[in-house]
Amino acid sequence: MANIEVGGKSYETDEEGYLVNLSDWNTDVANFMAQTENITMTDQHWEVVNFLREYFDEYQIAPAVRVLTKAIGKKLGAEKGTSEYLYGLFPYGPGKQACKIAGLPKPTGCI
Amino acid sequence: MADITAPAYRTIPIIPALIPGAMEGKGPFVASEKINEAIGFPGQLVEDWHDKAIAKMGELLSKYRSLKVFMDACVHCGACSDKCHYFIGTQDPKNMPVARQDLMRSVYRRYFTLPGKLFPKLVGARDLTREVLDEWFNYYHQCSECRRCSVFCPYGIDTAEVTMAAREILDSIGYGQKYSNEIIGKVHKIGNNLGLPGPALIDTLEGLEEDVKDATGIDVRFPIDVKGAEVLLITPSADFFAEPHIDSLIGYAKVFHASGTSWTLSSLASEAGNFGMFIGNYEQLRKIALRIREAALELGVKRIVVGECGHAWRVAYSFWNTLSGVGGGAGEVDKFAQMLQKQLDHRYKQPTHICEFTWDLIERNALTFDKSKNDKHIITFHDSCNVARGSRMGDLPGGQFEIPRNIIKAVANNFVEMAPNTTREQTFCCGGGGGVLTDDLLELRVKGALPRMEVLQQAVDEHGVNFMATICAICKAQFTKVLPIYGFDRKLVGGVHQLVSNAIQLGPK
Repeated sequence: MANIEVGGKSYETDEEGYLVNLSDWNTDVANFMAQTENITMTDQHWEVVNFLREYFDEYQIAPAVRVLTKAIGKKLGAEKGTSEYLYGLFPYGPGKQACKIAGLPKPTGCI
Repeated sequence: MADITAPAYRTIPIIPALIPGAMEGKGPFVASEKINEAIGFPGQLVEDWHDKAIAKMGELLSKYRSLKVFMDACVHCGACSDKCHYFIGTQDPKNMPVARQDLMRSVYRRYFTLPGKLFPKLVGARDLTREVLDEWFNYYHQCSECRRCSVFCPYGIDTAEVTMAAREILDSIGYGQKYSNEIIGKVHKIGNNLGLPGPALIDTLEGLEEDVKDATGIDVRFPIDVKGAEVLLITPSADFFAEPHIDSLIGYAKVFHASGTSWTLSSLASEAGNFGMFIGNYEQLRKIALRIREAALELGVKRIVVGECGHAWRVAYSFWNTLSGVGGGAGEVDKFAQMLQKQLDHRYKQPTHICEFTWDLIERNALTFDKSKNDKHIITFHDSCNVARGSRMGDLPGGQFEIPRNIIKAVANNFVEMAPNTTREQTFCCGGGGGVLTDDLLELRVKGALPRMEVLQQAVDEHGVNFMATICAICKAQFTKVLPIYGFDRKLVGGVHQLVSNAIQLGPK
């Protein structure tokens, strides 16, 4: 367990920097986490992060990569509905890296 | 995430130079109190861990005669030493299988043999100190239980069983691994390793029906919880979630569609994987397997088919019969196992691997393929360790090697083999099996992939290979992660049923 300091407030994270309490999340925390991942958040990044959070609210899990690419494709145009586009935004893998920034738990398993 | 780079390929693949301590302290995260307690293990390292660990070891030695033989039989001939992908990749001498086993064997000698009790120094016997315990945790999580070394052991010592015993002892004193134990908690609580709840699963499957309809114009169904279906498909939850796994799930659905088979998934048993085996814990292994029996009884299915998952197939093929009653061998007093055995149709293999299912249809000319749809691929096949060395398929010895290859050749025109000392029963682990497929072990995973990457490179250079097919969810996930680190496209790996999916003709013949 570790803590991160953002805007004078302290937030609990796990060994890999994922938020422990999902309700702690806010845009400052997201920006901070993105920074530690060497990502500069753009509108494109936020589209993905916001979709992840909406999906999580409904299903209590991050969407499958395919569900994510399809949703992004519908929203932003077919050429962006590809895993290449998502890997471009989140080089360490859209599943894990984008989840972290979105304040969601890390998906685990054989993935 | 720290930058981890691929080690250089070896010019001559021989025993690497030793780097003592190279992987010291590079083991995985320790499971938290919450994770351990959720599955009935002590939350953290218990105070009397020394006595408890030795007592547990004694219990395992008396329960598993094999373990005692493995402790006694090794003569340190060294035949196994350079056969381990982790030793080759990390150069840490403690990752030689013989040395890794000796971490336990030295303790065994001290407490369970007369010479070790009397003259510990003379026979290399060691007290179980905290340092030794930490060494166990570190190095027994740098073994993927792939059993390649066992193939070369003149005594047939099953090294994986030693690793499993060590992990079982560690769990019994509250010193378990985060990744495996967290996942086992999820499978009990939610039904699968990923923690994919029923509604999310249903949403994903509906999305797949749309996708296949868009791509082919045909209504291929992905049914779930359908009572009275003939086939229950048990597949790794990664097949619902990850790339390229999901393409094989589409392949299975197309095979069922084209053959007119009524089938269903189960939201209760939406996981083939069984991490109970990785941690060597029989109770967990059984409890996880029993979910499948419960689902099969509830749905009234006649056949159980297992999707592309390496260790799941080992558990299914080798252990399901006595664990759950799928197949023969249910105990006479095991009422539900007896019930299930009566329910299942024994004209078929129970369980059946999806590759056996598909190959049987191909042999009976029940499926039509347009092989040219796979012409963009030059394909090779990576044997997954638990399928290769822990199970079988079909009716002939070696069926687990031939059947997946036969399917590939039936659906594609370009197939080549990788170097023969790295395939079939001598296959190298992908580097992520046995409960190490976690980011905290990424350095180990990258280094452990070295021998497979070397021969893949050779196949790419000599034959232009651009697709490595495999039938294991862990292999697919591991390669997707490490291929780019070795300079390959991550899409170079995929499933056998992904190739089936590309070529199968769904319309009327």
